[in-house]
Amino acid sequence: MSQDTLFDKVWDLHKVSRLPGGSDQIFIGLHLIHEVTSPQAFGALKDKKLKVKFPDRTVATVDHIVPTDNQSRPFKDNLAEQMIETLEKNCLEHKIRFFNIGSGNQGIVHVVAPELGLTQPGMTIACGDSHTSTHGAFGSIAFGIGTSQVRDVLATQTLAMNKLKVRQIWCENKLSNGVYAKDLVLHIINKLGVKAGVGFAYEFAGPAINALSMEERMTICNMSIEGGARCGYINPDEETFSYIKNKLYAPNNEHWEKAVTWWKSLKSNEDSIYDDVIKIDASKIEPTVTWGITPGQSIGINQQIPLLDELSPNDKLVAEEAYEYMSFKPGQSIKDIPVEVCFIGSCTNGRISDLRIAAKVLKDKKVSKNVKAFVVPGSEKVANKAKQEGLDQIFKDSGFQWREPGCSMCLAMNSDKLVGNQVSASSSNRNFKGRQGSPTGRTLLMSPAMVAAAAINGKVSDVREFIS
Amino acid sequence: MESEFTPPIGKISQITGKCISLIGNDIDTDRIIPARFLKCVNFDSLGKSVFADDRKTLNGSHPFDLKENQDSSILIVNSNFGCGSSREHAPQALIRWGIRAIIGESFAEIFYSNCIAIGIPCFTLSKKSIQNIQKHNINKSLFLEIDLKNSTAKSKDININLEIKESTKKMFLSGEWDATATLLENSSLVERKFKELPYVRFI
Repeated sequence: MSQDTLFDKVWDLHKVSRLPGGSDQIFIGLHLIHEVTSPQAFGALKDKKLKVKFPDRTVATVDHIVPTDNQSRPFKDNLAEQMIETLEKNCLEHKIRFFNIGSGNQGIVHVVAPELGLTQPGMTIACGDSHTSTHGAFGSIAFGIGTSQVRDVLATQTLAMNKLKVRQIWCENKLSNGVYAKDLVLHIINKLGVKAGVGFAYEFAGPAINALSMEERMTICNMSIEGGARCGYINPDEETFSYIKNKLYAPNNEHWEKAVTWWKSLKSNEDSIYDDVIKIDASKIEPTVTWGITPGQSIGINQQIPLLDELSPNDKLVAEEAYEYMSFKPGQSIKDIPVEVCFIGSCTNGRISDLRIAAKVLKDKKVSKNVKAFVVPGSEKVANKAKQEGLDQIFKDSGFQWREPGCSMCLAMNSDKLVGNQVSASSSNRNFKGRQGSPTGRTLLMSPAMVAAAAINGKVSDVREFIS
Repeated sequence: MESEFTPPIGKISQITGKCISLIGNDIDTDRIIPARFLKCVNFDSLGKSVFADDRKTLNGSHPFDLKENQDSSILIVNSNFGCGSSREHAPQALIRWGIRAIIGESFAEIFYSNCIAIGIPCFTLSKKSIQNIQKHNINKSLFLEIDLKNSTAKSKDININLEIKESTKKMFLSGEWDATATLLENSSLVERKFKELPYVRFI
């Protein structure tokens, strides 16, 4: 059993009681909600005649269903309009802070909370979305929950949970040029597998992690869940503190020093005990691309799609399903596979640094005529910053469509969808069958820089050839 | 089936029904219920859309469409079932189709806790045992009587010891799986905890 890790400290601090069944009742410091997984929870509160216990500890935005072309109200899609109206009504009725479209602070919930300084070290954070693990980048314990648990947090500000084990993933050395956080996390998921994290919180640590910016760290923690870990985190450091400082909801001047002292005390101790430790050499990682139907089915840009014999018995069943669904042949190179749609955005890679990197690749270049390319900023703040820096113009000049903020084609709940069996190069987080809106659509996950390179060449390409 | 849906309430100690086998590892919640069906403000109409895209692709031969599997209530699955999105819509679609218990090699974490929260016990068995049940189930229908207290599943010619976490088992037997009431009982402890947290004073 782990001891003295950040996870242990934050868990123990938030433990309210041991429940009769044996699980722990955990206080939730920050609850984030959106339009998809909250309406039924508010409905259940009404049925049970309950109130929201701590309305100040819940914050709402709208992201999954928002159109990214025309956001004027009412939305063209009646169901989408009904969902945003329901959220507006619920927030008003229960006095919950809501960052609506046009507020300047709307966007993907996991982009918005950090940029407002709501996400802070040492908090427990829950949201009805599996990518809540993103917030672990700040040294918080953050995890996705279902709608019944959203109801429980609204009603009690607590959850019944079993404590997780802790696996440290120690990343040695540094990522090489043209290799990004996305490549590192895809590589980790490939090495450990998509279910290795079940029952664990992942602590990402080591020199390669320490060298990452906060936005890159969010990319890493965001995809913990793709490796099966509901929660992933990174110990807070000076990088963390300077990111938070002066944000809208950051501790104010009077409390700042006290906050930083407390945050420092939360780090895993030098001699803390882990349930498991894994080592990864970050310097050996190449730009990485998925070829299959799980985020674990990835290879380096210069590698070939694995042969069935090269895979472990456990991986063979899904590999066979993937060859058939993707219409790729075992042994085929991933490089040069034609792509028809290029998508830059999502809670994994829709932040300003992602847009900067992609724009750098695209500057003075044109998107291949066979490709439909679009960029969806992660939030209104990201969009505004990108415009200030002229990035929107670089994207538009290259042939990318510049859209309004939202989740968009990461999960295709709005009108941004693949058509038929189109192949997309996507900076998002899931390549599941049908994930991007077409039951036969095919998704190749990669870093935003790699998506930009694929857009220019009309095929999977090595971004290092563009930035050398 | 949907018009007859009544959610489980209170103590759950026994589940009896016909098995339906679904073969495949890493079956994610996008496949259980594709995102376009999440455009709703209640769960009522999800049952008919369970596995919508997989069923369309298989054009009538998906296990959830086979005549012999109708009225099944115990789902037999392989490894990492329910991975991906946290959407509770996935177990809500399954329960509205008629599934009341799931037996599998392993489950994704959020899916598993969502199942507990809506009253679907999930049990685990070794890969070999699952494959044996699935093989048996494909040739002929299999009825099981699951006894939660003893963690067993019985039929005329099969007797299986199921695995389930002790704490989860207790929650079903006591009715605590519907957690809100239990959590509300500690209201004063929750308020005390709130006051102890350093960060609530930072703003």
